[in-house]
This record gives sequence, structure tokens and C-alpha cells, in this order.
Amino acid sequence: MLTDLTIAEARDGLRAKDFSAVDLTTAHLDAIDALNPRLNAYITVSHAAALEQARRADTALAAGTQRALTGIPLAIKDLFCTEGVRTTAGSKILGPFVPPYESTVTAQLLRDGAVFLGKANLDEFAMGSSNMTSAFGPVESPWKRRQDQAAVLVPGGSSGGSAAAVSARLAMGATGTDTGGSIRQPASYCGLVGMKPTYGRCSRWGVVAFASSLDHPGPFARTVRDTAILLGSMAGHDPKDSTSACVPVPDFEAACARGVAGLRIGVPREYRAEGMPSEIEALWQQGLDWLRAAGAEVVDVSLPHTRYGLATYYIVAPAEASSNLARYDGVRFGLRHDGEDLRDLYERTRAEGFGAEVRRRVLIGTYVLSAGYYDAYYLRAQKIRALILKDFTEAFAKVDALLTPTAPSAAFAQGENMDDPIKMYLNDVFTVPANLAGVPAVSVPAGLDANGLPLGLQVIGKPFDEETLFAVAGAIEAAAGFAAVPQVRAGG
Amino acid sequence: MSLDHATVRRIASLARIRVEEHEVETLRTELNGILGWIEQLNEVDIAGIAPLTGAANMALAMRADVVTDGGYVEKILANAPERIGDFYAVPKVVE
Repeated sequence: MLTDLTIAEARDGLRAKDFSAVDLTTAHLDAIDALNPRLNAYITVSHAAALEQARRADTALAAGTQRALTGIPLAIKDLFCTEGVRTTAGSKILGPFVPPYESTVTAQLLRDGAVFLGKANLDEFAMGSSNMTSAFGPVESPWKRRQDQAAVLVPGGSSGGSAAAVSARLAMGATGTDTGGSIRQPASYCGLVGMKPTYGRCSRWGVVAFASSLDHPGPFARTVRDTAILLGSMAGHDPKDSTSACVPVPDFEAACARGVAGLRIGVPREYRAEGMPSEIEALWQQGLDWLRAAGAEVVDVSLPHTRYGLATYYIVAPAEASSNLARYDGVRFGLRHDGEDLRDLYERTRAEGFGAEVRRRVLIGTYVLSAGYYDAYYLRAQKIRALILKDFTEAFAKVDALLTPTAPSAAFAQGENMDDPIKMYLNDVFTVPANLAGVPAVSVPAGLDANGLPLGLQVIGKPFDEETLFAVAGAIEAAAGFAAVPQVRAGG
Repeated sequence: MSLDHATVRRIASLARIRVEEHEVETLRTELNGILGWIEQLNEVDIAGIAPLTGAANMALAMRADVVTDGGYVEKILANAPERIGDFYAVPKVVE
């Protein structure tokens, strides 16, 4: 099936004229038509625009002017502004907003010939770990528990639609954003590779802001190599994002097969959280054994402040969110709920437009930034953030990369972890520290739990050393031989 | 530090989010749960530590102060709730 190909395989097939870009895009659009009503992975499907992009790709292929992604069908998280295509951020408050411009990351993917199938579902404003907070409904994971086929599982979040789409073969790859784990956790839950690159590696321009110092655009795909191909297109300096890093983009794809011989892999002892399921602990040890067998040296390291990462995050992220989301006031664009006066208009618009989780975070953020509490909460959190970065810097003086589990569990069912916000937040306990420090991290599928659900391992690296992450992830991928496919998929 | 009813109302007012009277108690419980959990940060010794504002930890680049783009009146007005000529028409926000 065309939908089962990897990006690298499809690229070769298109160039060899084994099939056309229109064939490839049509196969994916048909799969979306068949499965999206159930999975709800896409909020918007762009049939006509995708086919037009595919026709242009075929023209380029015929002329020999193809680029890295010519004709490759992708899903775009609905947090990236796409010119002429509605962008919702998973929220009601943007109303019928249609961006008149293209985000830098998606513009670069288009420059390289990609086809955009549509806009992928997500937690509202990327705030969530289950895709349950989307104003456009939850996403069903294409994976099923072996023992409980009736249970509807979450794909993870916030980039849940992206992960479900790539996993179910409704796209060959996808963009995501990762503020506290929103690429890596859904990648782990859906058996995918997902990378949060270094802060500054991918431009945030045109990405709807959640927490500006923590938001990282990044790719999803089904293999390490495909993920590297996508990042190569998405990355690069952008003068329109003042935090975009002016550093060269290396050949990420070439790094995937580099191997790990001679690398030093750190095991942060603080990640041995109490209550970690034994199969996740076992998988972690298995991952270390694989890397040892491939020639790496495993070293114990300490990240003493990592246990404070999540609580620090839940000050910094809501604080930045409350500031970023102040722009949604019902005046200039998006939803408006008229009121008795201007203040009433603001308050009614925001009450109607924001869901419960966004409202909670805006309120927490407002409180921790308010007069009299700023030093006790926000300033303290920024200082602990500095300590967390220092932990990583010291660890990376001794090792080339760190290996940890991606998430403390496999995917849970819709409705679980909903009774207490903190229970949901704990999903991100292993992923959040890399956002606070801005260091790159990737999740790679490494095995299945007793229910047949995917589990990922996370590799964390030095700033701007994504190449080593691809090398380590490539070695894990080769050793794991992860070949499981979800029960719900195109042609499945 | 535990939020009371009036403080929840004050925060909602600062955030410009209308909260109905019957929602206050649930919100108060949720916010206190989160803030109580965050209290663990008080055990960290932060003496002499400089705050980290962003992950990039880099000096922002300077750029020339020149017009580099523009001329998109129709594109920009496409999302305006109403227009008068080439201008946004919105409720009065400045007294």
C-alpha cells in the first residue's frame, strides 16, 4: 500500500516514477475520508489544495526539479498558521480565523515540495496531554489494548491529531509543537518517532503562541530517518523570530546511520521515579543494553533538580500563556460575545471562547504574575529553571546524550486522568525538563507493553547536537526492530 | 497559601474571564490543588541564582530599522470583524 511507505521510500518511488504524487496524495485522502470520521485526527482536510500541490509536485518530478519533500503528503498541526487555510489552535476563540500568511516552518516544507493534507487536531492551544481539551472533539488513538478492544485510547497530546494521523497512515509525517512533551509523549503513545529540537532550531514565527520560551516546533514520522528528513526542511534561521538561532543546518539524515560506537550515554538516576511500571523500567534497561552492544558506554549521571521540573513548568508555562492569550479579547478578530460594556465584552468572549483547561492555566498564570506573588512564584521558578539547565550542562560535560523513558505509562483511555489536573500533568514528568533547558530530545518506539501498546524511549542531547540524537535513536530503532502497527489504519 | 473565594474572583477579573458564581468553588479547589502542589518548590535553595528567562540564553540580534515588508491591506483586513474603507472597525476601546 502506498500509505505504508516511509518518506524515504516514497521519495525514491516518486523519482523512479513507480507512482505519481497525485497517486500518493489520493491514497492518503481516501484513507482520511474512510477513517477520519472515526479518529478525528484532522480538524480540516484540504482535498483540493492537496491535489493541486500534488499536481505541481508531479510537474517538478517530470522536469527533474524536485526537492527534499516533493510530493510527500503531510499533516500540519492546527497551531501552525497556513495561508488561506483555517487555523483553529483547537479553540473556539479564534472563530473562523483564516491566516493571511504562512508560518516559517510550513513555508519551508512547501518550499521543499511537501503536500499538506490538512490541519491536525490538538489540545486547545496545545494545553493538554491527551487531546481531550480540543474544542473540536477528542482524537481516538488508532491503537487498541489487546485485552480490551472496546476501550477508546487517547493518542497523547497536545499533538494528538498529528500522531494519530501518522500512525494510522493518514499522513507520512507531521508537524507538531512541544512545550512540555507535546511531540514526544504522543509519539511514545502512538509508536512513532517524534523530535523536539533545540530551542531556536525551528522558527516559531506563525505558530500560535502558548508559552514562548518553551514552545518548540518539530517533526513526527514513522522512522528515525524520515524524522531527520523532515527536520532538515523545517529547521533554519529565521529573521522573523528573534529567538531563532543563526546556526547551520547539518545533514540530519546522514547522522541516522552514524552508530553509537564510543558515545557515552548517561542514565539520570533521578528519573527512576517511584512507582514506575516494571515493564517501562525493563524497557529502559533493554535500551541501555542495546546501546552497550552497539559500542556505547553507559554512565550514571545526576540531574538533582529534575524532580522540580514539572512544578516549575506549571508556573512558567501558565505565566507565559496568560500573557500570550491576552490578545484574544473579541475586539479585532476571532470570536466576539457582545456585552454591556467593553469589559463585559472581554469577559464574556473569553469565558465562551476558552475551554476549562485553558481557563485554569490563564488563571494560574495571572495569579503567579500578580502584584505581591511574582517573586514567590514566577521569579523563584525562573531561578529553579536556571538550576535545571545547570544540571544538564554539567551532565553533558560527562556524556554525549541521556537515555530515559519518554512517558511514565502507555496510552490511557479517554476519560482517564480527567478528575484531577495534576494527574494529567504527571504524564509529562520525563519530558518537561528538556523544554525548560531548551535542549533537544527525541522519542523513539522501543517496544510494547503487556497490552500491546507502544512504549517509547527518550534520548536527550546537547544544544544543537540533534545529529547525535538521530544516531542514538537510529541505533535503538535498529536494535528494537519495532514493527507493530495499529489496529486502525489505512488498509488495515 | 490557599486562595479564598474573593481572590478567585479577583484573579478572574484580572484575567478578564467571566466566572459564574456557581463555578467559583470548583475553580477554587482546582487552583488550590495546583498551587499546593507547586509549593514543593519552596524547598529548593535558590540563594545567589540568577533567573533564567528563556531557554535560548542568547543575546538578541540587532537588525536594521527599515521597512522590509508590507502592502497587504486586503490580506490584513480579511479577518477584520468589520471594515470602514481601509480601516478595521471595532468597538471603542479607548475612552
